[in-house]
Amino acid sequence: MAGGTVEEPSSGDVIHPKVHYLNATKGLKSWLVTLDHKRIAIMYLIAVSVALLLGGFWAVLLRTELLSPGGVGEQANFVLSNDWYNKAFTLHGAIMVFLFIIPGIPASLGNFILPMQLGAKDLALPRINLFSWYLYIMGLIFFLGVLFLGGLDTGWTLYPPLSSGRPVQMSLIFAYTAVFILGFSSILTGLNFIATIHKLRPRGMTMYKMPLFLWALYATSLIQVLATPVIGLTLGLSMIEHVFKVGIFLPQYGGDPVMYQHFFWFYSHPAVYIMVLPAMGVQSELIAVYSRKHVFGYKAIAWSSIAIAAIGFLVWGHHMFVSGQSPTAGIVFSFLTFLVAIPSAIKVFNWVATLYRGSIDFKAPMIYALAFIYLFGIGGLTGLFLASIATNVHLHDTYFVIAHFHMVMVGSVLTAFLGGVHHWWPKLVGRMYNETLARICAVLVFVGFNVTFMPQFVAGTRGMPRRYANYLDEFTIFHQVSTVGAYILGAAVVIQAGYLVHSLFKGKKAPPNPYGGASIEWQSTSPPDFHNFTEEPITTGAYDFENWQYISEDEGYKLKPKVLVTRQSLSEVH
Amino acid sequence: MSTGVAEPEKSQALPERPKELAMHFDSLHQQYNAGKLGVWLFLGQELLFFCGLFTAYAVYRGNHQEMFHYAHYFLDWKLGGLNTVVLLTSSLTAAWSVRAAQLEQRKTLIATLVITFLCAAAFMVVKYIEYSHKIHIGAVWSSHFAVADADLPAALTERYPDIKGEDLQRMGMGTFFAIYFCMTGLHGIHVLVGMGLYIWLIIRAVRGDFNRKYYGAVDFVALYWHIVDIIWIFLFPLLYLIG
Repeated sequence: MAGGTVEEPSSGDVIHPKVHYLNATKGLKSWLVTLDHKRIAIMYLIAVSVALLLGGFWAVLLRTELLSPGGVGEQANFVLSNDWYNKAFTLHGAIMVFLFIIPGIPASLGNFILPMQLGAKDLALPRINLFSWYLYIMGLIFFLGVLFLGGLDTGWTLYPPLSSGRPVQMSLIFAYTAVFILGFSSILTGLNFIATIHKLRPRGMTMYKMPLFLWALYATSLIQVLATPVIGLTLGLSMIEHVFKVGIFLPQYGGDPVMYQHFFWFYSHPAVYIMVLPAMGVQSELIAVYSRKHVFGYKAIAWSSIAIAAIGFLVWGHHMFVSGQSPTAGIVFSFLTFLVAIPSAIKVFNWVATLYRGSIDFKAPMIYALAFIYLFGIGGLTGLFLASIATNVHLHDTYFVIAHFHMVMVGSVLTAFLGGVHHWWPKLVGRMYNETLARICAVLVFVGFNVTFMPQFVAGTRGMPRRYANYLDEFTIFHQVSTVGAYILGAAVVIQAGYLVHSLFKGKKAPPNPYGGASIEWQSTSPPDFHNFTEEPITTGAYDFENWQYISEDEGYKLKPKVLVTRQSLSEVH
Repeated sequence: MSTGVAEPEKSQALPERPKELAMHFDSLHQQYNAGKLGVWLFLGQELLFFCGLFTAYAVYRGNHQEMFHYAHYFLDWKLGGLNTVVLLTSSLTAAWSVRAAQLEQRKTLIATLVITFLCAAAFMVVKYIEYSHKIHIGAVWSSHFAVADADLPAALTERYPDIKGEDLQRMGMGTFFAIYFCMTGLHGIHVLVGMGLYIWLIIRAVRGDFNRKYYGAVDFVALYWHIVDIIWIFLFPLLYLIG
């Protein structure tokens, strides 16, 4: 199709397209009924960002309350009453987990990048994709409903009998419904990704030639499809139980509350891998691109994603060491939990090995990637303390658990999400953000994170329990430092939202490939055409950076002429 | 409209594309395969969705064997058996409808789709009879379980002449019925969804949407219908045939 002479890699090509997916059709309706994966991804990105800010709002309120130790009774509280403190940590947890961390990377970045890294025009099932976005929005609305109905104070885990055993409460019913709906949104996204990766890979791209981001999304999708239905069922049953007083989990009606915990964690433990695997996928891309070096140990990273997904299904009992499961089960779950450390460590070592002797470029996404390695390292290693039963009994339900969870989940997911958004921002919107501000914010996020959660590790080992509005005076310094950290983190995120939105209007127009990524999505224009690629992309190695050369005139990278010859010979073969 | 940018397919002289082929696929075959993989994944999801209930069943039955023994007298295996036959018939016609769509036998296609739908409806009617009888005598979930001695099943009083409704209530018979109504209720919802899907297929078949290259929807719904059927095949012995 692209017959004729080989194009010279210099300016003269259209590098700033006039018509692209953002303006191919106009009007609100053209967005709301779009089947274009790129637009759906943008709508997801906006929705999850709203959820992030909403969840962050509650976090800041919580931390502010914890500035002062308080005393006995309501009067001693700082900003939140005891009741609202409980509601605040419930809403913070539930919104962040179900509305931000789980869908965050796959539904926004994954949705946009996955078909483009395959050189495809769309996901395999575009209608299902749009439907999953509407489900997500319904879930979001139900969560807002929870807020307006007076909030919820059960903790995000919604354990019975505290939750379903109470008199019928509308906000609880809304929360169950929201999670149920969001679960199906997640399942449909996962199902769509698997179908796309299997059926829309271009000729010449075997599974082992896919970018590692796709391997990570594939592993994530497997968990989404196989684990999420269980939480749907569990919360569906809880809702029926709550309304009709059916005895499934409630002991007073002959049910078994420990069974709820088994069911809940059968999903919610694999769910932490739904959260972290896409983050690891983004991480693999960022490390390779900004080291300008083929990723080290490709197959090891790819298969460790699958290994994490598989082992992740077998470790849920480590949340229940003190819930009354049998000691034998505890020992087995403890052992299996240690096993997860192996594929996780494989990934970390491979990233570090990729950095070695690479040509490292400290752009903002790279700073996030390095922060990821550090935070995930600390978070992962503290996980081993919690996996061994003896220390777990001591540390259970303390701030140590909180700090561990935030380091490993938020530390990795938030940095990878922000890193990924920055890395692909030129592709997403066709504009460049302010690099200096972005670097400052990346450092602030890293500093804020450590200042927030390092003191919590110490407070936790000294016995500070989670979910308490008031505490003993000896913990004051830890809480105050932690709160300062939370403010730094919050400020960084708000500044980011500011300069990213600013770049939409005032940012410099982006070249097709500003950072020299070698995967297929960089062969499209920025922003991409409505059909993703104006001419058939060339399936080159996802980490063969030597195929690209920097053109200073364009301030971006271009495919070298010898690679472009391939396109010509391919089209002759066709 | 801008000139040809939003729809470049038409401006390029490509070999003609079937009207059913979505823009992002190369061939109907690829489109069919992608859809089919999606449906299989969805069925995997369905299995796990029901898995929780089967696990709960196993736990409660292990803990309260006597309760399950007494409870099975409340369930009429004849009605359950009838429903099994009805569903198996519908699975046959569902599979047949796929064959008919592939061979472009329009009349057979419409006939088999309609029979499948009618079987599903018959299943729901039988289910309604069973449910209303249980609710009528008070054989329902949890603490609401209260059956008068006169309403106890004949087979039960014959075998255990001294048993009273109160005894069963004390035994926690409500837990069995909680599980019973959750499992069959969730299954029933799936049957209702299937009925909706078959109406949609009948409309499309009458309109003449399907041909030998484009019959995915018939195939996919039939797959869904088979899993609904298979789940019932497990529910029937676990609930009705325990003695």
